[in-house]
Amino acid sequence: MNIIKAIDLAFEYIRRDEEGNVEGILRAVDGVNLDIEAGDFVAILGHNGSGKSTLAKHLNALLHPTEGTVWVDGKDTGEASNVWNIRQTAGMVFQNPDNQIIGQVVEEDVGFGPENLGVPTKEIWARVEESLKAVGMYKYRKRSPNKLSGGQKQRVSIAGVIAMHPRCIILDEPTAMLDPDGRKEVIRAVRALNQVEGITVILITHYMEEVIHADKVYVMDNGKVVMQGNPRTIFSQVEELRRLRLDVPQVTELAYELQKSGLPLPSGILTMDELVEELKRIKKAER
Amino acid sequence: MSLILDHVNHIYGEGSGQAVAALKDINLVIGDGQFIGLIGHTGSGKSTLVQHLNGLLMPTSGAIYFDGQDIADKDYNRKDLRSKVGLVFQYPEHQLFEVTVFEDVCYGPRNLNLSPKEAELRAYKALRQVGISDEQFYQSPFELSGGQKRRVAIAGVLAMEPKILILDEPTAGLDPKGRDEILGQIRKLKEESGMTILLVSHSMEDVAEYVERIVVMNQGSIIYDGIPREVFKHSEELEKIGLAAPQMTYMMTRLKKEGFGVNSDVITVEEAKAEILRVFAENKRAGAMDLC
Repeated sequence: MNIIKAIDLAFEYIRRDEEGNVEGILRAVDGVNLDIEAGDFVAILGHNGSGKSTLAKHLNALLHPTEGTVWVDGKDTGEASNVWNIRQTAGMVFQNPDNQIIGQVVEEDVGFGPENLGVPTKEIWARVEESLKAVGMYKYRKRSPNKLSGGQKQRVSIAGVIAMHPRCIILDEPTAMLDPDGRKEVIRAVRALNQVEGITVILITHYMEEVIHADKVYVMDNGKVVMQGNPRTIFSQVEELRRLRLDVPQVTELAYELQKSGLPLPSGILTMDELVEELKRIKKAER
Repeated sequence: MSLILDHVNHIYGEGSGQAVAALKDINLVIGDGQFIGLIGHTGSGKSTLVQHLNGLLMPTSGAIYFDGQDIADKDYNRKDLRSKVGLVFQYPEHQLFEVTVFEDVCYGPRNLNLSPKEAELRAYKALRQVGISDEQFYQSPFELSGGQKRRVAIAGVLAMEPKILILDEPTAGLDPKGRDEILGQIRKLKEESGMTILLVSHSMEDVAEYVERIVVMNQGSIIYDGIPREVFKHSEELEKIGLAAPQMTYMMTRLKKEGFGVNSDVITVEEAKAEILRVFAENKRAGAMDLC
């Protein structure tokens, strides 16, 4: 069953001068169709300004389509009466953890969401505990968020979203401001949520390495979806991705370069293990 | 031109109950025209160190010499130092404020007591150096793309004509092409102007590709200072302090373990490719010999 579906979605930012006359129209999302299965790990790639974030904001009704329709768990995001339900179903995590944390203590911050949903106190505490455990931050529950590292803060932000029991989490470049350790922590936490809890994940990122485990990848350019498929299909198209201002993981790039130089390697190698195995195979065959 | 740090310590809240030693006995010589990468885990003291290099913070003990002069001297002109050591903070585009791109870049040099014409010339040159075209000069900086905004912000610092340019994670949040463009532009700048560049980065792959020297910090101390190939030989130690070697180093280490006879002190994709092809060509030759 699909949890998110979009048909011919378009969104226009309209710029007006002081008198309110239309100065310019930017079509940030232009005819996008999405079909996201419940429980999937979906990645969205695209260069700066390609429309990824605008698209993401439609998935929990922060923006409403200019044209087309988006359904989250069967509910039309264009209907005002659905907004609260939709935001409960699809939670959002943004780039900068400092803009998302409001509590003075980690567990208070995580409890903020369910409290606003009117969840009984006893259950709030149960949810806070399970959410912090899910992202590996339970032992920091009494700390001040200010004293945490970037990766830890971002995991607290994610716990805050999980505590609302969403079926789907949208993460808009959650690792852009983190160091390599922080990035690993966050991605590990997100993958665990997807695999253990079965939460649908939609990850927007500029780091190609974070995408290789996704079930499906969408690539955006100019407001449109220009490529879609599994990571192997997408990363086989090295030149096309570069034309779209993107890249491939370094291991994929190395395999691609070796292939161009004449080694009989398959396209779209994603991990070090795969490349090592393939090279071993070639070496054996040459003996 | 050189910048020397001699036994520099910095303790935040010295004398109070919560004193934290952010820099511990730092000795560092930054020579002319080098491209240096500064890496370290969050909280390792990188930012504190960087803020010492242009006198935004002063050591609690030890000394810093710029061009042979102690910057702590009473008659030392620290304002002058700030124009010679340019600092580009993280997300510098948040500091853009003027109506047009050109005006924004002029702001710095105008505050240097230059003639208006000289200030404008410098702004023009700086914008060209970062690859902003003439048509964009009179646009609002807020209408540019993320990568362009960042380049304008960097131009604002370049227009001060610093001798040393320090960039704190200049590629954060940019798409892969944007990252390559910014780093390529910085490398070109260094080659053309001979400026010294200090790049603070979290990406080992970028550091491996671009810099000539790496300084690694951990808990307020410098633990490695050398050429990338040497520093990245310590991959296990780097992992212990929350860093890593570039992916290619791991790839080649794996292949070596699997008996491929490759050299594992490789740090870039290009080197890895050359090394693997070399080994395969040798195998082939050996194979042909066996047949004979």
